[in-house]
Amino acid sequence: MGRIRVEQLGKAYKQYHGRWSRLVEWLVPFAGPRHTPHWVLSDVNFEIEPGEAVGIVGVNGAGKSTLLKMIAGTTQPTCGRIEVQGRVAALLELGMGFHPDFTGRQNVVMAGQLLGLQLDEIDVLMPEIEAFAEIGEAIEQPVRTYSSGMQMRLAFSVATARRPDVLIVDEALSVGDAYFQHKSFERIRSFRRDGTTLLIVSHDRTAVQSICDRALLLEGGKLAMQGPPEIVMDYYNAKLAEREGQLVHQEMLADGNVQTISGTGEAGITDIRLLDEQGRPIEIVEVGRSVVLEVNVVVRRPIERLVLGFMIKDRFGQPMYGINTHRLEKPLSNLLAGESVTYRFAFPVLLGKGNYSVSFSLSRLDSHLDKNYEWRDYGLIFHVVNTRKEDFIGSAWLGATAEVQRHELPLTPRRAEITS
Amino acid sequence: MLAGLSRSWAYRGFIFGSVKREFQSRYRNSLLGALWTVLNPLAMIIVYTVIFSQVMRARLPGIEDGMAYGVYLCAGLLTWGFFAEVVSRSQTMFLENANLLKKLSFPRICLPIIVLFNAGVNFAIILGLFLGFLAVTGRLPGVALLALPCLLLLQVLFSAGLGMLLGVLNVFFRDVGQFFGIVLQFWFWFTPIVYPIGILPEGIQWLVQLNPLTSLMQAYQSVFLQGVWPDWQQLLPFTLLGLLLCLLAWRLFRLRAGEMVDEL
Repeated sequence: MGRIRVEQLGKAYKQYHGRWSRLVEWLVPFAGPRHTPHWVLSDVNFEIEPGEAVGIVGVNGAGKSTLLKMIAGTTQPTCGRIEVQGRVAALLELGMGFHPDFTGRQNVVMAGQLLGLQLDEIDVLMPEIEAFAEIGEAIEQPVRTYSSGMQMRLAFSVATARRPDVLIVDEALSVGDAYFQHKSFERIRSFRRDGTTLLIVSHDRTAVQSICDRALLLEGGKLAMQGPPEIVMDYYNAKLAEREGQLVHQEMLADGNVQTISGTGEAGITDIRLLDEQGRPIEIVEVGRSVVLEVNVVVRRPIERLVLGFMIKDRFGQPMYGINTHRLEKPLSNLLAGESVTYRFAFPVLLGKGNYSVSFSLSRLDSHLDKNYEWRDYGLIFHVVNTRKEDFIGSAWLGATAEVQRHELPLTPRRAEITS
Repeated sequence: MLAGLSRSWAYRGFIFGSVKREFQSRYRNSLLGALWTVLNPLAMIIVYTVIFSQVMRARLPGIEDGMAYGVYLCAGLLTWGFFAEVVSRSQTMFLENANLLKKLSFPRICLPIIVLFNAGVNFAIILGLFLGFLAVTGRLPGVALLALPCLLLLQVLFSAGLGMLLGVLNVFFRDVGQFFGIVLQFWFWFTPIVYPIGILPEGIQWLVQLNPLTSLMQAYQSVFLQGVWPDWQQLLPFTLLGLLLCLLAWRLFRLRAGEMVDEL
């Protein structure tokens, strides 16, 4: 249950040459096709194991939603095959076709029936759905009076009232407040633990990396890449910044991580080192120790402005801290070809124990999206250990101190009598 | 086709729920509520029977009975209403439910079934009132009434097939819906509902006989007015045409169902 197999999948929409073309094509025998197929997806192959969580990423128009719709069964493929085992629940767009004039409760019943549930089953699930959506008395009000967040909460609650074998989510979770997002992610995680296969489309790097085992990158309707989410997301981000003449390449590092380097190459990083207070290169850092991050950059072609940025990420790829020389007010201007620059960033490592990687970017402005000379993931990896500080949980060391005051119970009258 | 129908059985909750909701939604914000479902058709029957036969003194040629024309009129009009409702609702059913079709995966065959049931409920109320009226005025046709379910079944076959065909075509060519609205008006006057076929000039009578609905309407009229068994042989072309329409509709639907969602 929950296996998804996609073979040679393609989807084309028909674009007719004129208003009457379709009629001619239908009615006139041997008239031949009067349309050009517009391929939005072609030759997509992949397989998802039961219980796997897969994120689909790609720019707008890459075919992500079309792919999900075909797997959910609302749109038919033009060619190829899709095989989905088990019960599928899909949150494709907001609202699930709620009827504005009916109350939330009536809409829940209708939506439940559309999912193939019978009335008595819905009756059993109703209290749970109401409780999860947390819209209170509004459940008795017409849906037209709901905010989009409320609609989304109700829709999510109905669609996930029963654990499906396959859950498909198309960015629906980006709506709603942070609290509900958190809650719905929690529910999705619990489904995963129970073996639900998960397929999500999201632009949110954190969401993809924290939930998914694997990511698929769609580019122009083709499957461009699939693999561990961090690697695919790095590649995708590099691609986003890619401009004419840019190179993107990834290589496997000795420790199994994959480094992504992209950029136009006017400037490049030649050396990266992490140094302790005495200037010795280190890989292992004590919590709270001051370090210096030293980066050497070479300028290959004349550039007008240069900003170096770095970002420390934990082993899940979540950003811990990022800064650049633009924000530190140390940008360089008018650099000549052949020049080299040494940057030194000094900071105390107030991080929890664990492995961290550092990504670097060389750009013109604050963001690498404008002009990206070089983008480098996994430029440096270091380990934080904790032998001196108290053992704490989490990724930031905040150095809390404790002051504890104990209050005596007030004397009861009876005791007061005895003592007097 | 059977596979589709059996799949829709799993969605019976959705089908009956939709029928119920649509019925309710019509009288949602009215004070009298469901009473209107009875009052409207009742008014219609009274207008046709009392006004036409008593006030305007319209008479069927050859029959002296004052009420006869009213009954004749009702027999045709009520069943035509059922036919027109099924066909016109069917032709817009895919467009109206575009929202659902695009977002959820459910057997498409549910939609025409819902249309049929909805129109069926409305018709059942009207028919019940009409039969009540006939009983009160002592005109109940007797045994011939047993032919009614059979005639209705043939009508459903014909109208569902036609409706489905138009429904699919309407997704691709929106002109179909507009065009059929006009066709329906001409078709009504081209069918002996308001007038008996006998009053037409000889030269046109054969033309009206070609209209497949003529034989059906005549069958209803003979049941309700004369209380006689319909001429089954005359209904044969209508039956075959109904089956053919269903077959065509099913084939077209199978062929174009996938493309349909892309066009919505």
